[in-house]
Amino acid sequence: MSDPAVIPVPATPVPEWRQYLRFAWNAFSQSVEGGWKFYVWMTLLTAVFLVGANAWAVQVRDGMALTAMSDHVSWGLYIANFTFLVGLAAGGVMMVIPAYLYHDEKMHDIVIIGELLAIAAIIMSIMFVVCDLGRPYRFWHMMPGLGKFNFPVSMLTWDVIVLNGYFAINVYICGYLLYKRFRAQPPVAKMYLPAVFLSIVWAISIHTVTAFLYCGLGGRPFWNTALLAPRFLASAFVSGPAFIIVAIQIIRWQTGRMFGEGAIRTLVSIVRITILISLLMVVSEIFVEFYTGGSHTGAAKYLYFGLHGYHELVPWIWTSIVFTVVAVILFMQPRINRRPLLLNTACLLAFVGLWIEKGMGMIIPAFIPSTLHEIVEYRPSLTEWKITAGIWALGFMIYTLLLKITINIHSRKLKDASGARTITPEDSLAMGDGGV
Amino acid sequence: MNDPAPASPKTPCGGNCSCSGGSTNASPPPGDDGSTRRAVLKGLGATLGVAAYAKALAPLTELTKETSMDEFLQKHYKELSKDEIATVITRLTQEAKEQYGADVTISDPKPQEGVKFGYALNLSICNGCRKCAEACHLENNHDRPSHQSYIRVFEMTKGSMDFEKGNVHYDHPVPQPDKYYMPVQCQQCEHPPCVDVCPVEATWKEKDGIVVVDYNWCIGCRYCEAACPYHARRFNWQKPQIPAPEINPDQSYLSNRIRPQGVMEKCTFCLHRTRNGRLPACLEACPTGARVFGDLNDPASEVRYVLENKRVFVLKEELGLKPQFFYFFDE
Repeated sequence: MSDPAVIPVPATPVPEWRQYLRFAWNAFSQSVEGGWKFYVWMTLLTAVFLVGANAWAVQVRDGMALTAMSDHVSWGLYIANFTFLVGLAAGGVMMVIPAYLYHDEKMHDIVIIGELLAIAAIIMSIMFVVCDLGRPYRFWHMMPGLGKFNFPVSMLTWDVIVLNGYFAINVYICGYLLYKRFRAQPPVAKMYLPAVFLSIVWAISIHTVTAFLYCGLGGRPFWNTALLAPRFLASAFVSGPAFIIVAIQIIRWQTGRMFGEGAIRTLVSIVRITILISLLMVVSEIFVEFYTGGSHTGAAKYLYFGLHGYHELVPWIWTSIVFTVVAVILFMQPRINRRPLLLNTACLLAFVGLWIEKGMGMIIPAFIPSTLHEIVEYRPSLTEWKITAGIWALGFMIYTLLLKITINIHSRKLKDASGARTITPEDSLAMGDGGV
Repeated sequence: MNDPAPASPKTPCGGNCSCSGGSTNASPPPGDDGSTRRAVLKGLGATLGVAAYAKALAPLTELTKETSMDEFLQKHYKELSKDEIATVITRLTQEAKEQYGADVTISDPKPQEGVKFGYALNLSICNGCRKCAEACHLENNHDRPSHQSYIRVFEMTKGSMDFEKGNVHYDHPVPQPDKYYMPVQCQQCEHPPCVDVCPVEATWKEKDGIVVVDYNWCIGCRYCEAACPYHARRFNWQKPQIPAPEINPDQSYLSNRIRPQGVMEKCTFCLHRTRNGRLPACLEACPTGARVFGDLNDPASEVRYVLENKRVFVLKEELGLKPQFFYFFDE
């Protein structure tokens, strides 16, 4: 099929920023168009999001007493999700490393799927922190210049910087690459490659800083381990790729275009290693905890076996262990690439297993037993589940729209009407077009 | 270049609905009627959507009753001028009247020059009666239903200093013969981790050694609560409930004024009393004389005598936080 992009050069060139605004508007307005399945999906997500938004509004009005948190367990499901999602955002970069550091050409086309995931995950993680605040409208107290920003002493301020920075970098890269493709121009390497390499370092930093948030607290022995940051990274590089493997297949199924076979193979190879490293680190932690013994083992005992008759977290963590171990076995199958059902099961199990391990399994035990060895248990309240579901729904909405924009542009449903020149086969190669 | 056909086999919408199969740019609209109906439906959807959002977030608007613009824009305590703090205190006094029906006096006593407060507690004679915790509850205008207090008293097993063998929920006559009792409150660390972690500097250590919170600056992230190894910090999970006659009207900005919902609070060594030469409420309530409070910089103070002559220790010394709260034994 011939491409109809041969349009004469306009007499007066439109300034670049106006072109960009037009691109952004077109991209958005087309992304909300779709078939009935799309509208059903989006309506469903909106409904869930609204339930969460309402629960949050009530929580802000009536107080955090609506959560199951207490002075003993002062962080719960929100911070658990926050931690996991920072990892998911960092995991998105696992596409970028093979693509740009190892010049894996087949990955270039797919990289943006990971970067868009990072954008959605960062938005979600920031929302989880906001929902955890007792006085969210005082957020301006944290703005440098306006309020008081306790930098560099508070690790939370570092986290604010790296999360917003990572968000900006990824928005820039995706915005630039999609715009260039929209204009049917090849991207200029020096305009985006530095940002791509920066995003690799930055991805490591967001998860390292998030780990430092916890492991720097001397009063919480369960967190106070140097292994926490490496553990976070290893598990992030499982959950990110696992999500993307499934996302690629969903996009294929929705667009009817076969692409990304090589990318999936690469991602599976990555997960095979990272999931083992992640598991090794968990085993290593468990060994140190239980072989050493002493009262600092209380949290680990509580988590894995229950303590003094309290065992709220035991079903959670054993679900996680079983899921992760089964995922490891599945990922080790030599032919898993050719068996989508097995592959997707493995990805889902790994994803859920790590969501538990790094969320409820990592945050809650640090508070049980408390610093004075009291045991007060925690089971998330309905309000917390509603808000959590709402934020995940919003995340899926954002990711869906971002992917739709990308697909529209890549399939040239969305393109610059005033395209100044014809796209040539060389250009499309340079852009790594993967329409296999 | 492999341009996909607009109507590939898997395009979701190939049916007889009015949508254009996802290829809105390429194909002409199905007809004037179709596009009008589509526009109407979209408009309806958008209106319903906006209405749903407004409804969902409506509870937020009820907050404005309790959160004035002045409160929202209020500066950090350390940046308030004398006039500004006076205005703030007037507003807080009015709020106490409006919301709790109580006439209160809110002062803002400053640290005394050259004074550094320290607290010592005699474990040999503390009998676990929890009068200190009760006095704290009343003095500091704590939430009544939760029976909040800055002090937790542990019944410890003789022969062990391990809190794991302690019990805070004991309910029998005290003292028991095989037990000893250990009240724990804010240790007013020399290197307070709660202050380090606060992202907005809403908590800090004053010159006289007291760690305070600006309740109107705290964002309620509870990072300090996670950082404190002594379980000294408390969060206002909801608006404190106190009947008007029970409200202690002698209040100060940095200590026992009624706290807003959603912010942190903690023991302030009753600075509204101690900075004016009085003793902390928990000390006055103690029937055994186990508690000793004073100026660590004054060689003649009782607390200095204890530090120099008794067998003194601090909790969790290995963490290196240098508590200014000391425990000691008589013999």
